[in-house]
Amino acid sequence: MALLEALFLQSGYNAALVAIGAALLGFSAGSAGSFLFLRKRALVSDAVAHATLPGVALAFIVMVTLGGDGRNLFGLLLGSAVTAGLGLLAIEWISRRTRLSEDAAIGAVLGVFFGFGVVLLTVIQTMSSGRQAGLESFLLGSTAGMLFQDALVIAGGGLFSVLVIWLLKRPMTLVSFHADYAASLGYNVRQIDLAIMGLVMAATVVGLKIVGLILIVAMLIIPSVTARFWTNRSGRLVWIAGALGGVAGYLGAALSASVPDLPTGPIIVLVAAALFTLSLLFAPARGVFAAAIRHRRFQARVHRRQGLLALAAQHPIREGYTLRLLAREGLVRADGVPTLDGRAEAAKVVRDEERWTIARRIHQDIGLSGQYDGLTPIEEVFTPDEIAEFDRRLGAPEAV
Amino acid sequence: MAPFEPEIVTTDGQLLPAAVPADAALSIRSATVSYGDKPAVFSVDATFPSGAMSAIVGPNGAGKSTLLKAALGVIPRVSGDVFVFGEPVEKARDRIAYVPQRASVDWDFPTTVLDVVQMGLYPRLGLLGRLGGAMRKEALFCLDRVGMADFANRQIGQLSGGQQQRVFLARALAQDADLYLLDEPFAGVDAATERAIIDVLHSLKADGKAVVAVHHDLATVREYFDHVFMINVRRMAEGPVDITFTTAALQSTYGGRLAATHLSELALSGAG
Repeated sequence: MALLEALFLQSGYNAALVAIGAALLGFSAGSAGSFLFLRKRALVSDAVAHATLPGVALAFIVMVTLGGDGRNLFGLLLGSAVTAGLGLLAIEWISRRTRLSEDAAIGAVLGVFFGFGVVLLTVIQTMSSGRQAGLESFLLGSTAGMLFQDALVIAGGGLFSVLVIWLLKRPMTLVSFHADYAASLGYNVRQIDLAIMGLVMAATVVGLKIVGLILIVAMLIIPSVTARFWTNRSGRLVWIAGALGGVAGYLGAALSASVPDLPTGPIIVLVAAALFTLSLLFAPARGVFAAAIRHRRFQARVHRRQGLLALAAQHPIREGYTLRLLAREGLVRADGVPTLDGRAEAAKVVRDEERWTIARRIHQDIGLSGQYDGLTPIEEVFTPDEIAEFDRRLGAPEAV
Repeated sequence: MAPFEPEIVTTDGQLLPAAVPADAALSIRSATVSYGDKPAVFSVDATFPSGAMSAIVGPNGAGKSTLLKAALGVIPRVSGDVFVFGEPVEKARDRIAYVPQRASVDWDFPTTVLDVVQMGLYPRLGLLGRLGGAMRKEALFCLDRVGMADFANRQIGQLSGGQQQRVFLARALAQDADLYLLDEPFAGVDAATERAIIDVLHSLKADGKAVVAVHHDLATVREYFDHVFMINVRRMAEGPVDITFTTAALQSTYGGRLAATHLSELALSGAG
């Protein structure tokens, strides 16, 4: 089977190179992007990615003018890093020095830089050496002619990211959680923000070859958003996002290698999106299904409690769901008349209500009596001794 | 430098800026902070004694939190200097702990209570240090001081408002500082938390630490604090609570915004 062969790197030299490169890229983009996600600046990465295009084109023009090979990957990536950096600084400057908000700055920079890049691509088309340049492949990525040295560039970029993350994880987390607090500890928030952006830029530039500049934002953001479903700790989130990105890169590359003419970059992104959808639905604590089940249980508790209070007050239970719930527990008969068990349970509910009345009179402190929400069992809030005291006062005549 | 500097005189007739007392925990001199072209704090001199509990009091929008952030050096000053124990604030960061307003962070951030408290230890760790068992113990001890040890592994979003405030206080304790700056620590917390926080702050004071808190509840100023700084963009009054926190000072700070009945109640409760 073609997919299995691709998964075990048996689909030829190029396919194996692409799969390994995509996995490394996925790891570095996923982990680098998680700080952007934590800092709530995910969209900056989109502007950075689009700002790479004029750099690629300019680098090509410069290299050709100097008489070299315009398609040298290292040169092109260097050029893309320069304009991506400029775009980043432009966003920073606009949102710090003017009254425009960051999203407006992102929109402006993204449009201007990308537009300029497209113009330059058209210029290159008219150059004699430009027709075979194939720079358009940087838009959506292309793995057809991937070389060993390309894979080395990606591996180098990935290693750099992991190193920076390992070194700056604590400051970057601090700034993402609360920039003012980080500043009060003496951290330079601006420099740390630039480091986060630098990581993102590195992943973007390195990812241009495989995923392309339009879709790289997906590789930066989707893994960390997916990871958020699986952990409540930022320290783990970063590496889970890296792992998810790596898996998406590897699986996506293998998938596209196993079927002729499937584009690699978009397939990688779709695999990442599939992992995201699975997590969104099935994650144990934060997933959609878990939340629905939780809500369902909560609803049952509310109905049970209200039903018992109605039984105690000898009110009729009108809601069918409440009746079914109590009947299933054997607390009422099918016609709504309470059984012996039902009466006992109702009496217990009434006693707890009376205990709460006393408790709220004794404890003005809302830290305790504030938990009188109808559902929280009194045994969870007060000790048996305290409850015994409430019962003693309940027996005594009402005193004010 | 301008050839002519106007003399700026405060309400108490003192010339600015006053000398920096060597024993003061925090001294702010001629500090102006503005958002755009409107000063939020104008040419303020403030001196907060060491080994005491100080309150920063003033109406909404009077620059209380801004003054605190300027004192921390986390927002830029248009002019002025800040000294912590006689040193410029930038050189004394390891002696300051900051408890920000609870509402200023995203409580859905993926982090646990213990993680947050350990943030207070980061400066001591540096970039390469590892969070070992000793650090963990220290963080747990700080959590225990605010009565939150049982919550160490909770995600912070699952806490009540009062519990969140206690966690922030525990993080400040972990910094083991000499000066504690708190921004409205009692805002929106339950009575038990208010009690727990004030107990911790008093124990800090007993250890010779200085505490400065932005405080919004005028009724408890006399009960909780030794020293008060009253601000409404400019300095209105400062000094020991029993001689400074007066009806006249409140009127000049709050203008017409404080009802006369409220004022008389405060004066009555404080007179004893």
